[in-house]
Amino acid sequence: MADNAEVFQIVTKETPVIFEANKLKMLETRESSGIALRLIKNGKLGFAVTTSLQDIDQFVRDALELASIGAASCIDLPSYTNFSHIPVYDPAIEEVSVNDMVQIGQVLLDSIRTMNSNLLIDGRVTKVVSTVSLLNSKGSEVTYTKGVFAIGMEAMLVRGEDMLFVGEHEVSCHPLFDTTKIRTSIETQLELSKEIIEPITGSLPVIFTPHGVSGALLQPLITGFNGRNIIQGSSPLVGKMDKKIVNNAISVWDDPTIPYAPGSSSTDDEGVPSQRKALIENGVVKTFLYDLQTACQAGVKSTGNGSRSLGSLPAPSASLLLIDEGNTSYEDMIGDIKDGIIVERLLGAGQGNVLSGDFNANVLLGYRIRNGKPCGRVKNTMISGNVYEAMNNLGAIGNQSRWVGGSFKTPPLYFYNISVASRS
Amino acid sequence: MRDRITKALKGHKANYIEIRLEENHGTHIRYRGKELEETGKSSDFGGNVRALAGGGWGFVSFNNLNELQDKVAQAINHARLVGGDPVSLSEVEPHEDAVPPKLGKDPRNISLREKKAVLDEYIDLVWRVPGIQTSTLGYGDRYKKVLFANSEGSYIEQEKVDVTIGLSVMARDGGDVQQAGFSLGSMGDFSLIESLHEDVTEVATRAVELLKAPQVNGGEHTVILDPVLAGVFIHEAFGHLSEADHVYESDQLKEIMVLGRRFGGRHLNVADGGAIPNLRGSYKYDDEGTPATRTMLIREGELVGRLHSRETSSKMGEKPSGNARAINYRFPPIVRMTNTLIEAGKDNLQDMIADVKKGVYARNWYGGMTSMEMFTFSAREAYMIRDGKIAELLRPVMLSGNLFNTLQNLDAIADDLDMNQGGGCGKGGQSPLPVSNGSPHIRIQKCLVGGT
Repeated sequence: MADNAEVFQIVTKETPVIFEANKLKMLETRESSGIALRLIKNGKLGFAVTTSLQDIDQFVRDALELASIGAASCIDLPSYTNFSHIPVYDPAIEEVSVNDMVQIGQVLLDSIRTMNSNLLIDGRVTKVVSTVSLLNSKGSEVTYTKGVFAIGMEAMLVRGEDMLFVGEHEVSCHPLFDTTKIRTSIETQLELSKEIIEPITGSLPVIFTPHGVSGALLQPLITGFNGRNIIQGSSPLVGKMDKKIVNNAISVWDDPTIPYAPGSSSTDDEGVPSQRKALIENGVVKTFLYDLQTACQAGVKSTGNGSRSLGSLPAPSASLLLIDEGNTSYEDMIGDIKDGIIVERLLGAGQGNVLSGDFNANVLLGYRIRNGKPCGRVKNTMISGNVYEAMNNLGAIGNQSRWVGGSFKTPPLYFYNISVASRS
Repeated sequence: MRDRITKALKGHKANYIEIRLEENHGTHIRYRGKELEETGKSSDFGGNVRALAGGGWGFVSFNNLNELQDKVAQAINHARLVGGDPVSLSEVEPHEDAVPPKLGKDPRNISLREKKAVLDEYIDLVWRVPGIQTSTLGYGDRYKKVLFANSEGSYIEQEKVDVTIGLSVMARDGGDVQQAGFSLGSMGDFSLIESLHEDVTEVATRAVELLKAPQVNGGEHTVILDPVLAGVFIHEAFGHLSEADHVYESDQLKEIMVLGRRFGGRHLNVADGGAIPNLRGSYKYDDEGTPATRTMLIREGELVGRLHSRETSSKMGEKPSGNARAINYRFPPIVRMTNTLIEAGKDNLQDMIADVKKGVYARNWYGGMTSMEMFTFSAREAYMIRDGKIAELLRPVMLSGNLFNTLQNLDAIADDLDMNQGGGCGKGGQSPLPVSNGSPHIRIQKCLVGGT
């Protein structure tokens, strides 16, 4: 019937424990399962998705009908059978009961409340176990289960007409019983935001905390590495392979082979084995990210970056990104700045022209530095710039990186000149 | 099915139980550059049970519809485990109803081949414009049937067809990549998709022109927003904070958002409502079975109302407004906007522009976000205003505001109200929920604009 076919199935069970306004509010169990069929007939692509296999004949007919008018495809489905197993399932996760999760969340929430009795805290402790199965007509057969445990807390403090939002989350393939990091981070954010200070305008030294890097810089930095933007010529990195584009202290990796990291997996969503590769090594462009389709269009091999949700075809995407540590302590970075800001959380980032590497956002949580010391929160402030230009004007890279969610790890980054605008 | 549902709802010890079952069928087509990239069909069947017992909620969602009884029991167990102080729900009359889809030219009667033919025309137009690098064009339609039943006797079937189209055109000069685009939608009418030829050419032309356009200087500017962007502005600047679930548990926020408080000038009137007909955020009943309404949020500059679920309205002692919505069966309903608008004013657009010595005219939306006090919204298109006239094209701009002064700085409202149907709203992980926003042209003094 078809020349090539692939079945992708994902079965997920998610159990969120939800806290609202300092109280346990709701327990949920969400079960979902669905199946996607991709087939290629006469060089054309057919694709159908369903959550119910009651009418499997109609499902297959749909995919075949679409292949008759579908997109041209040059892909060759892979037939890897021998690849190293990356562990992302810790059975201990299954042993954590809903009661345990309620307990973990409540204890953490109560401990955050002791910092300030006016805090209104929303939170979530979640466990997600999903099994992905991939079968194709080339004999590929991949099945793996991933378990992810996540805790997130978000606290609001209203003082007069001022609203302050602080928060932290942690994600792991292991159960998280120790919540000290979340607590400490929120405590620090509250401490640094005690005073509100006059904002500042100009081209200024700016430190992005790991959260700040994740919010403002990550998307503009990596969008240009997406193989789809390379083959379409819409990436500013076209023609820049093996060329230096940023300060040579900067190295960025895509590495989905780290055991028990939520962003890891043995293969990508097309059955191509995961691999560690540098996107930028010592400032030089080293790899673009491809899935099967974009790789064959570009005449290269897939880098194992085919990523998909149930409802759509695979597309190139970074899996787990790491920015290498530098050698400057966070304290020394701050100490170096006479007048500047620290950016912690952003509002509206990613709505600018990320394709070009631009960032543009309101600073939801940021602190002003004066004479080498953080001295209060700045509000009504926007930052903007271009990530590649900023990384060529690098001040320093922190010597301690940390995870932001389960698929990004970075140290703080310090830049000499970032455009900051604020309300007078 | 009705017997099974009624039976599953009976004989439990819970304050309230609801069952929502859904059937979805969709098609999508996407082009990248000149080439067709993806065509697909999807079917999605699923449901959920939500139960309230004492002070706690339990929620269970699933694809297997054969074990309703068990799912109800599971949701009630979850709710019991939560415990806590009792939660009450506002009274809503039970309804039995079947609401057919509002349809124009029904996309389900149009073959994929015909849909593709329309899109082919647009791709052709894009590539006639010299200097473009590439483009993406995506089309989607989705039929949705939702069956809602609760333990109070409601049994409501609602059907809906949602149609969306989005275009993005890129131009590149070395490391500089610029893009222009649009995002449009309609409730059940394919004819929207068929007449976009001029818009397509305009977007492609602008993408190329943007390469030569300068960036605005960051700082405070007088800005005039077109109806599309002003709609996004009111959605972000005020809409989200009028969602009662942000407010109902906080004594301080209740004080800040007390009814009668002044937020803007006497010329400012803001409304939201699912009962405003024939828009993407329109419906007859929300996802708790409450009839949709049209709620005035701001009248003559004063806060006069807010958006509610049955729980938030009961807790705040206000009327339920029919704004509890769930994006699909995988989520419980939460308080959401529907069709949000600034009512037409009396100012004349030409005069509004003529009064501005130096400012920014921002059009069309790219996105928006809010933290309630501070918010951002971004334009796809911007021009300088110089000496009362629209002047050179600028790179797209992002604007930022503050609840407590930006609405006060809104000093002119034109008489040309228009609704934008391309919006998708995100909240609590539920995105993009179909909504619409609208406004006449508005002018804001001292609006913070990001830039160099």
